[in-house]
Amino acid sequence: MLSADRLEWVGGWGEVLGGAGYVFRPSTLQGIRAAFGEARAGGVPVALRGAGCSYGDAALRAESVVLDLSRMDRILSWDADAGIIEVEPGVTVRRLWRYVLGDGWWPPVVTGTMETSVGGCLGMNVHGKNNWARGTFGEHCLEFDLMTADGVLRTVRRDEDRELFNAVVGSFGMLGVVTRARIQMKRVNSGLIEAKAVSAPDLETLLRLTDEAKDRWEYVVGWIDAFAKGRKLGRGLLHFARHLEPGEDAEPAQTLRAEAQDLPEDVLMVPKSAMWRLLKPFTNRSGMKWINRLKYLSGATLGEGAIYRQTFAEFSFLLDYVPNWKRIYRPGGLIQHQSFVPVDHAETVFRRQLEACQKARQPSFLGVLKRHRPDDFLMGHGLDGFSLALDFPVHARRRDRLWGLVRTMAEDVVDAGGRFYAAKDAAIPGEVYRASFREGEIERLLALKAELDPGTVLRTALGDRLLGN
Amino acid sequence: MMKKTWQTALVVGASSGIGAALVKRLAAQGCRVAAVARRSEELENLAVWAGSVGGGGEVRPYLADVREPQSVPELFETITGDLGGLDLVIYAAGVMLPVQFEEYDTAKDLEMVQTNLSGAVAWLNPAAQRFARLKRGTIVGIGSVAGDRGRSGSPVYNTSKAGLHTYLEALRNRVARYGVKVVTIKPGFVDTAMTKGLPGLFWLISADRAAEIILTKARKGAVTAYVPARWRLVMLIIRSIPSFIFRRLKV
Repeated sequence: MLSADRLEWVGGWGEVLGGAGYVFRPSTLQGIRAAFGEARAGGVPVALRGAGCSYGDAALRAESVVLDLSRMDRILSWDADAGIIEVEPGVTVRRLWRYVLGDGWWPPVVTGTMETSVGGCLGMNVHGKNNWARGTFGEHCLEFDLMTADGVLRTVRRDEDRELFNAVVGSFGMLGVVTRARIQMKRVNSGLIEAKAVSAPDLETLLRLTDEAKDRWEYVVGWIDAFAKGRKLGRGLLHFARHLEPGEDAEPAQTLRAEAQDLPEDVLMVPKSAMWRLLKPFTNRSGMKWINRLKYLSGATLGEGAIYRQTFAEFSFLLDYVPNWKRIYRPGGLIQHQSFVPVDHAETVFRRQLEACQKARQPSFLGVLKRHRPDDFLMGHGLDGFSLALDFPVHARRRDRLWGLVRTMAEDVVDAGGRFYAAKDAAIPGEVYRASFREGEIERLLALKAELDPGTVLRTALGDRLLGN
Repeated sequence: MMKKTWQTALVVGASSGIGAALVKRLAAQGCRVAAVARRSEELENLAVWAGSVGGGGEVRPYLADVREPQSVPELFETITGDLGGLDLVIYAAGVMLPVQFEEYDTAKDLEMVQTNLSGAVAWLNPAAQRFARLKRGTIVGIGSVAGDRGRSGSPVYNTSKAGLHTYLEALRNRVARYGVKVVTIKPGFVDTAMTKGLPGLFWLISADRAAEIILTKARKGAVTAYVPARWRLVMLIIRSIPSFIFRRLKV
């Protein structure tokens, strides 16, 4: 029997999905093995969890052992000449960049929040705003140790065990626990980036400008006003950024200090910890419509064409500006739907998505556009195309309708040859998700799982849903 | 406000009476219900019934005797695992054995204490512990108007229900700070096997009607609910009768 003292409510980041889990927080390999042992004795599966930043049901499973790896958080080695860091899975992106920046390095791929963990970044094979230029997180990992559910540890090197490497990275914790990873950092000459803001009056322009910018700027991210209709449908603001060349920053020693990267304490003179309370009254359709409209109009007038310098942290971690901003979505929570669509179909599919949301009276409160490139991971979400991420508030009464909307949008994405991203997902039906893969890919994953985890010990709510366990 | 819906529930004492009616109503609302009782045939019937009505609900039968507390912790964990969660726990097991006016049958009396009170402690302790840790959940205990006064006619039935009321109140005071609801239900006369053939029944309601009221009260997170509500006034009056008068009444 598992001890009731281990019971905790384990929720997704979006506060929509969750369940009771028997939570283990080991800090050693032996501790991980012990958790597997207790799960086996109790006859329950094990769900892997990093920092718990996945929006939906990726890092949880009700009535199961939840193996929370956030206390496996040591930095094991750092080679400041080669820029190679060796860490445990619980190390967060925040600790990663703060550790390496002073030596003139930066993580080549970061998430929009710095609270994610390295284990989670590998499990989900996350991407950043520079996916077109730099690929996914996994592409910068050189090797990792993988512990399978039987407690056996093996080292998986990208160059030597390419197949297993590419299967573990991105398969949302279905094959084993990454207990150590070596990651290549990227050389930087300054702690600043140069950014440029431009506006696009409609979707076609937004996609075109993104595509034009992708080879000149390392980072390209678009924000969409999902409320705009008709000719203005898909209008938005684009932010491009690039690292500075040697000599462009007069005082690199200053800007490369971690302290110089700290995000502002106030946003518009409001302490940032209180900001979400101020936003809460506007978290409804009409309030958000005005916020989106004002953001677009101010960007298109005051900000148009501006070129400015920002710290890496300011540019990269937009989601951290307002701590706990997700609370504006309480009590229902939020889900995100991110679809990846090939270049040729992006405009049609995204247009249909935006229109479908508006027609269903479920307009997305926040829309984000990115440019992507293909990758060779087994469960990869990369392709030569664009992604549109849409945030939706969840209301208990309209929940079925929202889930139906997600299904409709996802089916359309599959028809266009598109893909999905497990870290963001909460609602895509398994059969639709599986249809987004090429023939044999899901079967290959399941075959590897049968080999590495014959007892099907590693399970998550997301894995059950998407793989149809 | 969001309407509260339960996806998963555990009903102890589910084979007949109010317990069975609660199981049916919950299953009909789409809830996955673990039904615990001693009698397997009645439980199987409930499961078949739930399968036939549709609505996404489900009844899973578990055989257990509430007089055997040592088996509870493991069964409780099995049930939460099988249901994939637990939102609501109802203790509905109860017996009222016929007692003659001047009968002092200790075995009979202790059996009522075991079923009505000790069993509740055995089942609701793990429920309260779990819900407090998870900071959510609703516990419902089916007491009785009979627990409001010690009548000469059934001393230990009254005592067991009074004890249950006090236990539920204490549980509530323990877990309220975690947002967990503990609801004490005090039914009057309900048309079940327990009341069959009793003389002097009035305001008799069906078990299904009682279940409907109970679930409404539980959804609202009521503290104490008389079923039906008019019993509250009656019991207020009865509780106010001074002891020297009460002992002279034929109740």
